[in-house]
Amino acid sequence: MQRYAWLAVLLLASLLIGARVYAQASAAAPDDAFATAVTGLAADNFPDKAAAVTALIELKHPGGRAVLAALLDGKLYFRNADQQVFITDGGETSLALTDPLTQKSVGSGTPDDYTRITTNNSLRKTLRSAVASFALTDPDPGVRLDAVREMLRSLDDDSVALLRSRLEQEKDAGVRKAMQEGLALADLDSSEADTRLAAVDALEDSLSPDVYNRLTAMVTAAEDGSFPEADERVRTRAREVISAIDASRQVYATLETLFFGLSLGSVLVLAAIGLAITFGVMGVINMAHGELMMLGAYTTYVVQQAMPNHIGLSIFISIPLAFLVSACVGMLIERGVVRFLYGRPLETLLATFGVSLILQQVVRDLFSANNRPVETPEWMAGSLQINEALSITYNRLYVILFMVVVFVILQMVLQKTSLGLKVRAVAQNRNMARAMGVRTQWVDAMTFGLGSGIAGVAGVALSQLTNVGPNLGQQYIIDSFMVVVFGGVGNLWGTLIGGMSLGVVNKVLEPWAGAVLAKILVLVALILFIQRRPRGLFPQKGRAAES
Amino acid sequence: MKQGPLLNLLVGERGTAVFLVIVAIVGIVVPVLHLVPAEGSALQLSGYTMTLIGKYMTYALLAVAVDLVWGYCGILSLGHAAFFALGGYAMGMYLMRQIGTRGVYGDPVLPDFMVFLNYKELPWFWHGFDMFWFAMLMVAVVPGLLALLFGWLAFRSRVTGVYLSIITQALTYALMLAFFRNDMGFGGNNGMTDFKDILGFAINTPATRVALFVASAIALVLGYLACRYITLSRAGRVVQAIRDAESRTRFIGYRVESYKLWIFTFSAVLAGIAGALYVPQVGIINPSEFQPINSIEVVIWVAVGGRGVLYGAVAGAVIVNYAKTFFTAALPEFWLYALGLLFVVVTLFLPRGFVGLLDRFGKKPAAPPGNAKTVPA
Repeated sequence: MQRYAWLAVLLLASLLIGARVYAQASAAAPDDAFATAVTGLAADNFPDKAAAVTALIELKHPGGRAVLAALLDGKLYFRNADQQVFITDGGETSLALTDPLTQKSVGSGTPDDYTRITTNNSLRKTLRSAVASFALTDPDPGVRLDAVREMLRSLDDDSVALLRSRLEQEKDAGVRKAMQEGLALADLDSSEADTRLAAVDALEDSLSPDVYNRLTAMVTAAEDGSFPEADERVRTRAREVISAIDASRQVYATLETLFFGLSLGSVLVLAAIGLAITFGVMGVINMAHGELMMLGAYTTYVVQQAMPNHIGLSIFISIPLAFLVSACVGMLIERGVVRFLYGRPLETLLATFGVSLILQQVVRDLFSANNRPVETPEWMAGSLQINEALSITYNRLYVILFMVVVFVILQMVLQKTSLGLKVRAVAQNRNMARAMGVRTQWVDAMTFGLGSGIAGVAGVALSQLTNVGPNLGQQYIIDSFMVVVFGGVGNLWGTLIGGMSLGVVNKVLEPWAGAVLAKILVLVALILFIQRRPRGLFPQKGRAAES
Repeated sequence: MKQGPLLNLLVGERGTAVFLVIVAIVGIVVPVLHLVPAEGSALQLSGYTMTLIGKYMTYALLAVAVDLVWGYCGILSLGHAAFFALGGYAMGMYLMRQIGTRGVYGDPVLPDFMVFLNYKELPWFWHGFDMFWFAMLMVAVVPGLLALLFGWLAFRSRVTGVYLSIITQALTYALMLAFFRNDMGFGGNNGMTDFKDILGFAINTPATRVALFVASAIALVLGYLACRYITLSRAGRVVQAIRDAESRTRFIGYRVESYKLWIFTFSAVLAGIAGALYVPQVGIINPSEFQPINSIEVVIWVAVGGRGVLYGAVAGAVIVNYAKTFFTAALPEFWLYALGLLFVVVTLFLPRGFVGLLDRFGKKPAAPPGNAKTVPA
């Protein structure tokens, strides 16, 4: 009995001492413990390394995650001379070194002086779940969501246990949902039919392809007629869930097509709207319109070259500048060529075509025949992930917004300003307007300048979507003519609706017929449409239509 | 002096007479200079030059076709190169079938590109093209039918002026996109080339080249005279009336649509024939012939020469194409400036082209300027 008492005292004492030592170590110098553990990683056998890893996980030191991730990626090295451990970039010719404790760069070294710290399978497994668990406690919900998604890709008992334990503490709804989805997927492997049924129920709203594939696999019969899922109730429920998922995916696919169509339509409207003004108001076919867009795109390029460090800002400078450049060139064309040809639309067409050839060659001589690289500002890159079935790229979204802004401004100019009043007057009845004292020549020049300037602004948008080269204008000129003719001449709303519907029809046909055939079909349909309604969707009425 | 109708057709107009004499001289002298002098002698005309002149003659025929619809009927077609290319494709299909087993893959029926694209059998629209007469029929029928269909739809619903120009441009653009597709069965973007023989004669021998050259000269003369016959006829006068005052002609009681439709279709057939003669001489046909710019270039040939005057169209085609050959070899970067300026200068200052310029300095007073002013569409 006394022996036991002694043992108990000894145990107590050692525990107390141990706790004191531990408390000192963690309170006074957590960095020391961290450093010790990190150095431990450089051990030459796996059990010691594993111990060091475990120590690192338990320390929960802020630098731990980076060290463990580097070890997992094979980017953790130690210096041969003094066994000091560094996080590196894994470079082959030289290693960029980062101190694990301070996370600061400490120069670089040659790979010969360093040895990579190797791992084995069981260690990697521990590391993976450790890294994931670090990520799951990250304050940023985005990082947590990524971590959950990463874990869903290869679920095992450890990660399921980890997810289950974190689910309670998770506050962010999105991350919770992803976690529940992962747990439900894991539950599908349960031996209890009721658990599986509940899991299938829980997956009803999920759009992730993993879930879809998993459920489909469950109800797909094997060659001998048996199903991977034994229970009939679960299979029936799974089929219902699959068709529900199918339906909602279909909805999102339609939405996406619609969105693609609207963004293509916006490009068409941007390209055509300047043309609609010159064509509608002046009855002038400006074949150089595409080249005025090209000038706008090149203006964007030049502005970016002038301010390479402010690409995001450069767009906002390019827009007014492109307007000015194209408007000036447009007015030059009007004063130099077009004004001599009023009343002879076919001749105007030919002369402006000549101008377009000259402009193309000017650009070729100034900037070479090769495409020029125009950078996309950061705020336009990437996409807006609405859910797993639908994401919207920002550049397409901004094109739609940009088109709306341009359209509204243009409508304001035409409806609310004195210039707009005169433009409309001349468009309705040139002679009467002149009799009322409107300087029609001046109005013509301004209208042409306005239409051309809009083309330049459209060019800025195009520079973000397509290659900027001397042929940029030619690619869009036929499309923009079709939009104007389809919508009806002299009607901006017609151009808007015409362009949007052409864009949507094109994109709806595309998955079914392929991009080129879709375009051909649209062209043929347009040719046939013009036969039915020669003046477009919204023809001008009254006397103006007769001219 | 009273002239018979045939004589009037041939020499009733000084320009036409000059044109006929020049084509006759060129059609005889060029082949002789190519065949008779010894190889390498200073007098010998190279095969390249002869083929080049032959090519200009097919262009001239195309220009005459465009002049007929634009200069005389006021229909500015920006898609005539499409009819030219369709005729060329019909000829190309015949020439492809003549290659037989001599292709790279040696398939007796399928052309090389079909073997390459894994075709198992000949598409239905390729049948019959091994027969020369059928191919020649198609040279006229395919462009003619397309023009008939297109024109019927367009003229019936009174699509005129720039609207018509734009949809003809859309037509050739759509055809270009279609022919660029590999699964259309026309060779995709590579088109058709590597022709071996025509009617059993090897295509690259001097004799065959001369025959093609002479055929082009004859086709040009016949096409020209046919157009001249039409313009001199009663129907031709109606057509010119349509150009100058379409509504008035309609109110007088003429069926404007029918006149326009037939003149447009005939013009398309002529363009197809020109294309069929063009292909064996240049040895290739590909979808870039459908490019909208090609059609617009044809219009500028006519404008440069003088629209509404048939020999003007011929002169314009030769002048512009010679300039193009010269510039693209000597000063390639200058060619687009020259062509662009030509468009601007001709439309601004020479509404009747070089023919108008000649008339101004010529002895006789200017011809009635009916073609200089156009009633707004």
